[in-house]
Amino acid sequence: MDFSLTTIDPTSLLLLAMLGYVIGSVSGLVFCRWERLANFLSFGFATMGGACGTVACVLSLATGASSAPVQVLLLPPLIPYVQFTMRMDALGSFFGLIVSLLGFALSLYSLGYARGFFGRKNVGVLGLFFNLLILATTLVVMADNAFFFLMAWEVMALTAYCLVSFEHEKPETRSAGVLFFVMSHIGTGCIMLGFLLLFQTAGKVSGNYGPETYSFAGFHALTENANWLASGSRNAAFLLFLIGFGIKAGIVPLHTWLPAAHPVAPSNVSAFMSGVLIKMGIYGMTRVFFDFLGNPPMWWGVTVLTIGTVSAVLGVLYALMQHDLKRLLAYHSIENIGIILMGFGASLMFLHHDDLHASHPLLASLALIAGLYHTINHAVFKGLLFLGAGAVLHATHTRDMEHMGGLAKRMPQTAFCFLIGAVAISALPPLNGFVSEWLTYQSLLQGFGTTDSLLRLMFPIGGALLALTSALAAACFVKAFGITFLAQPRSEAAAKAHEASPTMLMGQGVLVAACVFLGLCPTLFLKVLDPLTQQLTGLQISQQLTTANGLVLSGVNQAGGTVSTLGIALFGIGLLSIPLGLWLVFGLKTKTRIAPTWDCGLQGLTPRMEYTATGFSKPIRMIFKALFRPRREVQRDYDFSPYFTTTLRFEAHVEEIFETRIYRPLNRWVLWASRRMRALQAGSLQAYLIYIFITLLLLLIFAL
Amino acid sequence: MNLDVLSIGLQTALLLLLAPLITGCIRNWKAKLQNRRGPRVWQPYFDLIKFLRKDMVISEHASWVFSAAPYIVFITALLVGLMVPMVTVQAPLSLFGGVLAVVGLLALGRFFMALGGLDPASTFGGMGSSREMTIAAIAEPALMLAIFTVAITVGSTDFSHIVATAQQPGWNLFNPAHLMAFAALFVVLLAETGRIPIDNPSTHLELTMIHEAMLLEYSGRYLALMEWGASIKQLVLMTILVNIFLPTGLAADWSATSLGLGMAVFLGKILLLSAAVVLVETANAKLRLFRVPDLLSAAFVLAAMALLSTFLFH
Repeated sequence: MDFSLTTIDPTSLLLLAMLGYVIGSVSGLVFCRWERLANFLSFGFATMGGACGTVACVLSLATGASSAPVQVLLLPPLIPYVQFTMRMDALGSFFGLIVSLLGFALSLYSLGYARGFFGRKNVGVLGLFFNLLILATTLVVMADNAFFFLMAWEVMALTAYCLVSFEHEKPETRSAGVLFFVMSHIGTGCIMLGFLLLFQTAGKVSGNYGPETYSFAGFHALTENANWLASGSRNAAFLLFLIGFGIKAGIVPLHTWLPAAHPVAPSNVSAFMSGVLIKMGIYGMTRVFFDFLGNPPMWWGVTVLTIGTVSAVLGVLYALMQHDLKRLLAYHSIENIGIILMGFGASLMFLHHDDLHASHPLLASLALIAGLYHTINHAVFKGLLFLGAGAVLHATHTRDMEHMGGLAKRMPQTAFCFLIGAVAISALPPLNGFVSEWLTYQSLLQGFGTTDSLLRLMFPIGGALLALTSALAAACFVKAFGITFLAQPRSEAAAKAHEASPTMLMGQGVLVAACVFLGLCPTLFLKVLDPLTQQLTGLQISQQLTTANGLVLSGVNQAGGTVSTLGIALFGIGLLSIPLGLWLVFGLKTKTRIAPTWDCGLQGLTPRMEYTATGFSKPIRMIFKALFRPRREVQRDYDFSPYFTTTLRFEAHVEEIFETRIYRPLNRWVLWASRRMRALQAGSLQAYLIYIFITLLLLLIFAL
Repeated sequence: MNLDVLSIGLQTALLLLLAPLITGCIRNWKAKLQNRRGPRVWQPYFDLIKFLRKDMVISEHASWVFSAAPYIVFITALLVGLMVPMVTVQAPLSLFGGVLAVVGLLALGRFFMALGGLDPASTFGGMGSSREMTIAAIAEPALMLAIFTVAITVGSTDFSHIVATAQQPGWNLFNPAHLMAFAALFVVLLAETGRIPIDNPSTHLELTMIHEAMLLEYSGRYLALMEWGASIKQLVLMTILVNIFLPTGLAADWSATSLGLGMAVFLGKILLLSAAVVLVETANAKLRLFRVPDLLSAAFVLAAMALLSTFLFH
């Protein structure tokens, strides 16, 4: 029997994974009265499904260059035009890999994490929706038909809503859930309109109104059509999709739901939302912008690059102001989506071609790869950080960093995992965040030579702002890790914290391994991306991006700059011999003493003397005060002299400028308009009859 | 291959041995300018040896991060030094990374130093960490933009390529764009190495400390590694500044004469730059913390103007 890996069909393996999710969700529902069993079965099956899905997607990408993707009919068509078909093409497989890998790690983690809900909440229901969410997300990236895509998209949004409001006893959770629901549906509305434009054109162009016109292959065929390329509705479609998918991705200024909804969800769900769900917005943009819409006008790329840069900078600035650990992480998602979109924007700018300018497919592929690499990187490290935050939350029962501290000694493994995630997200070598930002910088720098217009200044300015972003991110994670895990515990709960359970640690371990692999072996992973760029830009560039026997990553050519994270890591370990040698020569006889920290002669340091998260970010708050508009209230009571205060109340706020300047006025206007509209609905039958009559009349006039 | 090992070994030795001397020179000259006798230029070497022989006191609140930080700071400084051409045009580790890796590795060192400052639960350490990360965050865009100005002209982020291009006859230091980029980088150098007017390396008042505040709880071997790492980082940043903008004399081959000449010219350039740092330190007072952003944004504007003047008027 010649049974090798290549004979396993990725598509059937993926179907098996989806079967796992289905069984997982059903068993969650069936056994919801036996919480231990429900927990074990539903998350167990989800873990297996995730593992199968990961293998399937890796196989599909690895063999993707040689084999054409197969279309699979999942269900017989019940409604005309709606075909339940899926297809594992390179793009779908890449995002499927993100979904499945995170699904695997998070389900493993959930096995331990969900035990925290025993006796309080129905774990079976959590398992049901969690499995459904992974299933729907898998279907979103695999759907091959626009109607099917929209259905999966909607199921994804609804299950996510149910999971966000899982702890619905808290009013904060309910309002966040509603905000998520509303924003999500505005987005879906825009996406529907966008697809309707595509339907209309595809039908008109091909003269065929059969279901195949509405499949993704049918839309892809539009890119060849000159009429479509010249039409204004293409621009309208671009904007609609940008808004629709942008809401899901959380771009500024459509991000407000994200920092509200991510923190209140259970941590395994927050990790999935930040790691995977917002990436579906990125998936949609990649699919539509690169696969359906054809030669992008220059302003598309400029818009996306601008949005990306603004999101990155504002996301990290707002993140710095948070002292709720999960809210801080949620704002970082906005930042990272921005970095991803910087790559995409640059890529769209390079793809642009007209009579005067040629396109630059090589650079476009590089920038696209930078964006996609950052997509999977962000999924991995943000998932990891949310899992760490979940473990901390589990142990201390608070999300407020000001009540944490000293956890590195009490939860050493979790602290280590969180530190890896923090180093990765701060784009520090040799981990994965650095690799994708390196690729982004390379594409921005090389992009400077592609045009003579003033627009080229966007590239270095974008690069400088990216540098600002990553430096601020590093500051933010010094704060997040330092205040949470280092120094003395700031509360009773933190002092009594305990290490997370083994499955929770295993879930984090999987993601740590992924961070390290993606960081140290970028050249191996780039090979897997070849079919992807083949599909979207028509080039395979992993050969060009590697040099020195595939050990070193290079720009589009070796002269453009090279980097080897593996080399840096190994050489750094080698250099450890110097301090070791110094110790052998000079320090063998030295002793180490453990002693209290110098307390300036006071009666010992108390946790209240430590630097706080708010204090840590104060300089940045002051520097950017034009943006934050910080406000503080200090109320001080004293008996005889202001130097001897009896009580002190301190409150500090920063303004969320988009909320106060855009959303609240908009909200007020909508409420005002709906109050006015209410006058129409007076409750009198005669008035309603008149409305009907007038409508009829108008329609008749219109028809004539 | 042998040559590679040799060049790595030589440059590592140069970094380790020269860095304390530069620190010593700056301290000594600064004292002279202020009419003090000052420590000998060799004093930093004695300090390092003394620290290495001393027992260590570690805070009871500190975790393993506190102990890992000195090693990471020291090693990232060395790694960065090996990626920058010092005496020869070809940097030993230029294949492993260029401008971006250098900035990233410096940030990695800073990240762990700041964590090390927070770990012993002292207020001063946290204060130093907070300020250091803030200043680094606003210095970084200026640093990147200034280096980009040069990197874009060359079309490479590899220091060896940049330096090789800068050595060609068409390159002109007194091009206004280069002068502005140089000025911007000089300000960043002052910020990154904790010099007046941004930070005072010889302050004894905890409240005004930035870099020193993070090291307050370090002692013995760890303190030696931290101090040495900071000296090496200072040397590397100075090397970047002089070798990008003034690459004269860098050895293109491995003959003894060109190496000797390269070494002499390199020392001359570095000492000249140190003298400039001493002058700036003596002639200025330390800025208030919230004035520092003004200075650094001036550096950013200079770098942006350098970029504009290179590409708008060509």
